[in-house]
Amino acid sequence: MKELSRRKFLVNAGQGIVATTMIPAFLQNDVDFALGLKSADTGLNDYLNRFGVTEALIREVLAEGLSRGGDFSEVYFQHRISNYIGLEDKQVNQAYTNIIYGVGIRVLNGDQTGYSYTEEITPATLKQAAQTAAAIANSNKKASPVKLSLYKHSENYPIQTSWETSNIGIKMPYLNRLNDQIFKQDNRIIKASAGISNETSYILIANSEGLITFDYQPLVTIFCSCTAEQNGKRENNGSNISKRLGMEFLTNNMIDRIAKEAVTGTVSLFEAIKPEAGEMEIVLGPGESGILLHEAMGHGFEADFNRIKTSIFSDKLNQKVAENFVTIVDNGMNQNYRGAINIDDEGNESKETVLVENGILKSYMHDRISAKHYGVEPTGNGRRDTFRNMPIPRMRNTYMKNGPHTPEEIIASVKKGIYAEKFTNGQVNIGAGDFTFYIKSGNLIENGKLGRPIKDVNIIGNGPKVLSNIVMVGNDMKNSEGAWTCGKNGQGAPVSMGIPTVKVSSITVGGINS
Amino acid sequence: MSNNKLELANWASSFALKNGASQVKVNVSRQHEVNIEIRDKKTDKLLESTSNSLGIDIYVDNKYSGQSTNDLRKPELEKFILDAIAATKYLAKDEFRMLPDPKYYKKLAVDLNVNDQNYATIDPAGKIKIAETIEGAALSQSDKIISVTAYFSDGKYESATVQSNGFEGQDESTFYSIGASVSVKDPNGSRPEDWKGVNSRFYKTLPTPEAIGIEAAQNTLKRIGQKKVASGKYDLIIQNEVAGRAVGMLINPMNGSSIHQKRSFLDKKLGEKLFSDKLTITDNPLLIGGLGSQLYDGDGIASQKRTMIENGVLKNYYIDYYYGKKLNMEPTTGYATNLLLTIGNTSLLELIKKTEKGILVNGFNGGNSNSTTGDFSYGVQGMLIENGQLTQPVNEMIVSGNALTFWSALADLGNDPYPYSSWQSPSMLFKDIDFGGL
Repeated sequence: MKELSRRKFLVNAGQGIVATTMIPAFLQNDVDFALGLKSADTGLNDYLNRFGVTEALIREVLAEGLSRGGDFSEVYFQHRISNYIGLEDKQVNQAYTNIIYGVGIRVLNGDQTGYSYTEEITPATLKQAAQTAAAIANSNKKASPVKLSLYKHSENYPIQTSWETSNIGIKMPYLNRLNDQIFKQDNRIIKASAGISNETSYILIANSEGLITFDYQPLVTIFCSCTAEQNGKRENNGSNISKRLGMEFLTNNMIDRIAKEAVTGTVSLFEAIKPEAGEMEIVLGPGESGILLHEAMGHGFEADFNRIKTSIFSDKLNQKVAENFVTIVDNGMNQNYRGAINIDDEGNESKETVLVENGILKSYMHDRISAKHYGVEPTGNGRRDTFRNMPIPRMRNTYMKNGPHTPEEIIASVKKGIYAEKFTNGQVNIGAGDFTFYIKSGNLIENGKLGRPIKDVNIIGNGPKVLSNIVMVGNDMKNSEGAWTCGKNGQGAPVSMGIPTVKVSSITVGGINS
Repeated sequence: MSNNKLELANWASSFALKNGASQVKVNVSRQHEVNIEIRDKKTDKLLESTSNSLGIDIYVDNKYSGQSTNDLRKPELEKFILDAIAATKYLAKDEFRMLPDPKYYKKLAVDLNVNDQNYATIDPAGKIKIAETIEGAALSQSDKIISVTAYFSDGKYESATVQSNGFEGQDESTFYSIGASVSVKDPNGSRPEDWKGVNSRFYKTLPTPEAIGIEAAQNTLKRIGQKKVASGKYDLIIQNEVAGRAVGMLINPMNGSSIHQKRSFLDKKLGEKLFSDKLTITDNPLLIGGLGSQLYDGDGIASQKRTMIENGVLKNYYIDYYYGKKLNMEPTTGYATNLLLTIGNTSLLELIKKTEKGILVNGFNGGNSNSTTGDFSYGVQGMLIENGQLTQPVNEMIVSGNALTFWSALADLGNDPYPYSSWQSPSMLFKDIDFGGL
């Protein structure tokens, strides 16, 4: 039902406390597949065969979509195989697989969208779905089948070994090692769990403007969570990494690194306190703090909200929104990043979109409908969760470029404030502009030095205000490798984010009142 | 309901058993959905489709995996099941992995009244009309409104489940959701948004679209001029329809997996008085017409009404069959269904009137709770209460604390349980809660 679907939010799968709420849902969608599926498709014919269709049939279906007078029709075929294996109580004792297969048909009539999908792909079901979507328009205009020409995109996620040729037996030792490494590090650890999820998505897109293109999209996430006990108190935290890579993603070095991160992150919480509540200066550490960009401005820059004037940024295009040293981009082309895409889910090429350049708001993020509305080229941000969903403007990898300050001078400039380092989730009201993010760990800053660790506090601020209150930007830009999933209108999308160390001059921190 | 789903489930179960599985659970489901969005007096989005799923849990000598697919072509399914069995064999044996003892399977002769027989015959034009009426009612409320998106959606869900040691169940249900999100222009340059949405099992029990449109608009108009106020301790009144967020911080730590994995501040606390006397929570999967009602749970265990917390005493956990075995406890059920809180005698207005310095929370913005420690911190918005009066809309505030102290501070309950949700909480008053703001 609708309740959650109205929210714009972001979660980090498997990260600490979120793990406990996320894992059940996560498991339902991710699973494992055995040996011997055929390897990656390489050409258009492989994709046509996978979906049992021909170019001629696709052309007929696209024409059927326009049979009621719509001005654009599109088919989006998807076959996605998702696998998950999980370790709990020192054993890899669960595996889940989910397969989805189907086609979504979209018809546009101006800004209006008709949509239908079918999971049974035959000429009859395709045409029926096209007729359902076509009903968004209402005239007798006739459309003839259009000639399709193949668009070949750049390759932003080359892999060595596909997940479909990697069985459970090859993956299991990595989880066992992860478990061993966690317990080896600290004798206060009493429980550990871990999982690997991987998916392979084959998509084929064609539209009534004559475009046909396809993509092979690998994605993998490894996560672990551990609980430690000390003097009768328990703390839990976790770590995860996600990339668009194949089996070569799993290495012993990487396993050892996330085990260490998870254990250090957990036992440090025993010393952590809650800060005093109220407005204060905040320094955001490099990497995960990119959540600030995602929530405070990213959603507000998505053009669907601006087209209907519900974003607080809808009258700020080409205006000064931040200091000169602030440049923010959304980039779909960072190699093998979780948020990378070769093409968006409308078949547009992926690119780097400069959102804020030297403090000026330069561009929103567009899908086809909004790009047409604003009379601009598509930015490659039209993404969808699955073939069951309409594409909408979404972020890819959103990050801030380096600024003029050093991290040391930024921390030294704060008399009393907090340093935020690890986060679990965030949310935003794009019209009022108030956004939040939840700090899992960080430190107090007192007289320019890092002090006691802090934990479990939410931060709330106003997007445009905070953007203009970014008073220092470090020269240590880092990208988060975390398994971030952005939620919007009930659709999930894998995203990445990054930021150098930055200082915000004032923001409200949750905590206690003395 | 047609028997196709049950036949397919039985076929898949037999096929898996014949090919090496020792136990199997199969669920076959089908969902039809309609989503309509109206903007600027036009249909902005229209979606109608049907999706299918076959889920199969495979047990091979206490090794376990779960698989699902929407590709129901027989040859594909055969390959899918064979692959699944082969994959399962790689896994570690887990002595607790098995289908439930059949003694927990019972056919309950109860009509839950969750299926609208008229679903298929409702006029599509009528659905669009509802969304248009909501939009019109919202727009009529003020010229400060800059955007209204009104929606109607409905769905019909049918499923059949078989478990190879003697369980067979079928269910059929419908839902309808209507509502609108509204944005308004605030003279300070911001564009506050809010919405109103309701869910119902039956078309005829939906509230009038006019009422929904008006409420969506009024909820939003009240946010004009919102700002943060001073940090400090305030009494907190949480409005009924958003109270689920606060209740949620108790539910996750009651889960068998959280208890067994030592990620719960409620571990080893059964029977203890932990919260205010005023807190009683009942889980009733057999609530007639309920949005979370079911005759059996995900394990096939027959549903039963349970008291989870009684006058502040923790009475039950949510224990599914697997974690029940691991914890050596009787299974209850693995998740919350319809949650009913005690209903008080006081109206929301009276709760406000008796509050000297407080904040009425009617919206949440992000935040989280830590099930291991009970610590929480959420972004909130609502209204400042001074001397029994609502005086100022507030936003950009944070409420923080620990679930144990927070729920001990529950001082009064409203008489207004929220009917359009499976978690039916009344409005509630909590004393001396930490807020972060200016």
